[in-house]
Parts: sequence; C-alpha cells; structure tokens
Amino acid sequence: MSTSSLHTHRELDDMLGTRWRKPKLVKQTWLRWVLWIGLVTYLIAAVLTIPVDWSRVYEGLDRGWQFVLAFMTPDFVTRAADIRDGMLESIIMTIAASVVGIAISIPIGLGAARNIAPLPVYMICRGIVAVSRALQEIIVAILLVAIFGFGPLAGFLTLSFATIGFLSKLLAEDIESMDRVQAEAIRSSGASWMQWINYGVQPQVMPRLIGLSMYRLDINFRESAILGLVGAGGIGATLNTAFDRYEYDTAAAILIIIIVIVMGLEYLSGLIRARVQ
Amino acid sequence: MPVYETAGSPPIWRRRNRNQALAHWAMWLTGTAIFVYCWMQISGATTWFFVWDAPRIAGDIWDRATPPRWEYITQLGRPIWDTLNIATLGTIIALCFAVPVAFLAARNTTPSRYIVRPIALLIIVSTRSINSLIWALLLIAIIGPGVFAGVVAIAIRSIGFCAKLLYEAIEEIDETQVEAITATGASRWQVMAYGIVPQILPAFAGIAVFRWDINIRESTVLGLVGAGGIGLQLNASLNVLAWPQVSLILLVILAAVVISEWVSAKVRGAII
Repeated sequence: MSTSSLHTHRELDDMLGTRWRKPKLVKQTWLRWVLWIGLVTYLIAAVLTIPVDWSRVYEGLDRGWQFVLAFMTPDFVTRAADIRDGMLESIIMTIAASVVGIAISIPIGLGAARNIAPLPVYMICRGIVAVSRALQEIIVAILLVAIFGFGPLAGFLTLSFATIGFLSKLLAEDIESMDRVQAEAIRSSGASWMQWINYGVQPQVMPRLIGLSMYRLDINFRESAILGLVGAGGIGATLNTAFDRYEYDTAAAILIIIIVIVMGLEYLSGLIRARVQ
Repeated sequence: MPVYETAGSPPIWRRRNRNQALAHWAMWLTGTAIFVYCWMQISGATTWFFVWDAPRIAGDIWDRATPPRWEYITQLGRPIWDTLNIATLGTIIALCFAVPVAFLAARNTTPSRYIVRPIALLIIVSTRSINSLIWALLLIAIIGPGVFAGVVAIAIRSIGFCAKLLYEAIEEIDETQVEAITATGASRWQVMAYGIVPQILPAFAGIAVFRWDINIRESTVLGLVGAGGIGLQLNASLNVLAWPQVSLILLVILAAVVISEWVSAKVRGAII
C-alpha cells in the first residue's frame, strides 16, 4: 500500500467509531458565530424598541375574542345595502381595471421582450414596468384620489396601473423564453409583423397569459378591498366604517364575503388554467 | 383542418371552423358587454368636472411637492427603523407559524387528510386573502395603534403566503430519500429532520427572503391606518398638505423598495 492512499483514508479512519454529526450550514466557525451574534443583537435591539402596552393588549384580548365570536355569527343583514353596493363597486372596479390593464400590458409586454423589440422601445417599456412595480397600489391611489377626486375612477386607474407592471413583466419574460423556431417558421412564410406576432408568438404565450390574467384578477379584487380606505371606491370604505364603529359582526360578514369570492376566483382560475394547458 | 369552401376556387385555410368561430365571437361579445357595463357604472360615479381639471391639479401638486424638503430626513430615522422591524419581525413570526401549518397542509406529511388538512388549508386561504392593511385595521381596533399591531398584521398576512408556497414545496419532494431514511429505522421526527427538511431548506430560504421583500413594501404603508412605520409620517404630512415632506417620504419608500428587492434578489441568487 502506498503512503498517499494511506493518507487519503486517514480522515475516514479518524471518523470511524465516532458519532456522526450533521454537517453545518455555514462552514467557517467564526462566520457562523458572527452571524448568530449579529442576528441575536438585531433581534434584541428590534424587540426593545417596539413599545408594547401590555395592559392595552390584555384589555384588547376581550375585543379580539368578540371578533372571533362575530366570525361565528356574522351579520349580513343590518348593513346589507351598504355591503351590496360596496361589493358591487369593488367587483366592477376589478373587472374594468383588469380588462384595461391587460389590454395595455400586452403591447408593453411585447415591447419589454428583448427578442422582439428594438433597444429604444425595450428601454422605455422596461422603464414603465419598473415604475409601476416600485409604486404600491395604496400610494398610487392616494395620489390619484388627490388628482381625480374621490370615487371608483381613482381605484380603477390605480388597479390598471398596477396590473401593467405585474403582467407586462411576466409576459415579457415568457416571450423571451419562447421557442424561436416556431416564430422563425412563420416569418419565413412571408408573414407581416402582425401575422408573425399573431401566429408565431401568441400561441406560445397564450396559456400562461390567461393563467396570469386570472391570477391578476384575483389580486386586483383583493387590492380593491383596501382602496376604499383612502377614498378610491369599493368595499374598503364600508369595512373601515364597520371597524371604526366596532360593528365586528358586519366587518366579519364583509371579510367572509371577500374570502369566499377569493376562493371562488382561485377555483375558477384553476379550472380555466387546466383547460388552456 | 378548417377551411372556407367556395364554389369554383380552391379551399382557403382559416384558423377556426364555424362553430369555434361563433363561440369565440360570443365570448368576446359577452366580455365586451360586461366591460361596457362596468365602465358605465364607474363613469356614472365619477365627477367628470374634476377629471377634466386633473392636469391642472396634477401640475399644481407637482409644483408644491418639488423640491422635496431634504431637512425632514433627520426625523425619518426612527420611522425607517420601525418599518424595518415590522417587516423583519413580522416575517420571522410568520415563518414560525407557517412551517407547522405547511406540514399539516401537505398531502404527504399531514397527520389526517380529512380533518387536519382542510383546517390548515382554511388558515392558509383566510390569512392570505385579506390584505395586511385590513389586518392592521382589525388589530388596531383590538390591541391599539402602534408598531406592535403592524408586526402582528404583517405576521398574520404572511402565514398564508409562506405556508402555501412551503406546502407546495413539501409535496414536490423526492420520496425515495424519505424512504431511505425510514429504512434505517428512523422515528417520524427523524424522518422529518433528515429526509424532508434538507430537501425543502433552499425553497424555505427563498420564500422567507421573498416574503421579507414584500413585507418591506407593505410595512411602509401600514402607518396610513396607524400601525407604525414610515406610513405614519406620510399620513401626517398628507393631512397637513405638506407636499414637500410627502415627496421626500415617497422617495425614501421608493429607495427602501429598491434596496430590499436588490437584497432579496442577491440572497436568492446565492441560495438557489
């Protein structure tokens, strides 16, 4: 036996008879300790700077329990008209904003795909996507309410704007990863640009586009529930009023309706996605 | 293959046959009708005078908001720290709850498919479908305004999100590894620790960082309803129409969002 092979087996021989230990996630001992100490220091600092009024929390537990009870006995009736109007407005905003948002995000998505768009168009479209993604719905809603006044129009514009950033980005990524061969085959048959997009690109991205659109409809509905907090229409205003007046049973009823609609949308989008794929 | 048949000329290719074309057309008609109805409703609820006036108002707000009041940044240190804490502590608490919920919801690890699993799924869907701002509203009514309400709101909102992604990861694990560990005579917990956990650890880390990134965004606006963080300052400035402060706060929020997205992308790139 040569010395080198003896040497290579050395580690194994040493470990023979000792207990197996789980390999550590971070190899260097010092780095592991630094990370742990850093984490613990941060947590202590963070927890210490959060003022918690435990007596207030203790008093609140009673109200929290009342809310849980309210969930068992939700009150759909007392404010039925308010709930119905708010819900309807939310749904209307959601549908209109999804349609407009999707319609706008398709050309922007095409423009933001590097394999289709020339560089200047690509830069502009990516810029639009970045701006739309960086601004949150509620902040956009505040600004739009200040500009356009109270009402569902501001909410509709907010949701459309947010849809553009979400859908264009994912659509562009899907187009960028498409199969070039099909698109080239269509182009080589002498197709115009529109025909090329319609027959070469669209069939490849359509299933995913439909799935994403359904998902965005779902998100838009959930977001539309909070836009009312800043005056942009929808069920949020009713919900806020219900909380402010401590009408937990009405609030619970609204929340249950939201949950049921979201579940229904999820189920529907599952069905549609299964069909198109 | 669908074609147009006309007497005297060869058939011409078309995309859909007659029934498909009709169904397609009907679908578009219904869709358009629904959209037009929705638009009429929105239009009816809008004061169009304000809309025509909007460009002037927007210009006016822009004039008031620029330049941002840079000195105000000295008062934003504490709110930014609070915002960071709301997001980070909220994510950590959420993960503590999301892990057991995910194990109970995953088909291959749930102890009982007909009792526990539906309950876990209900927890996931109900926490996920309600926005963190609404959770914050609710918690403020219960435990009073402040950073603590924000932390709890973010935590509850994140449970459903993290648990959903995590239980999908658990359902996709490689069963052969689990079998191998079971074959060594490991207990149920040992199978969990050595067969399942190592397989979902990368997904777990990815989800945690991803959710943290989202939580930073959400915690910046929680203050609008009184749940602490930089949103409180935003709300206060909006209420007194201090537009130069508003524009500065929006810039800070934008910077926070960009930085958190950059950090999350870096960390996920390093893990996966």
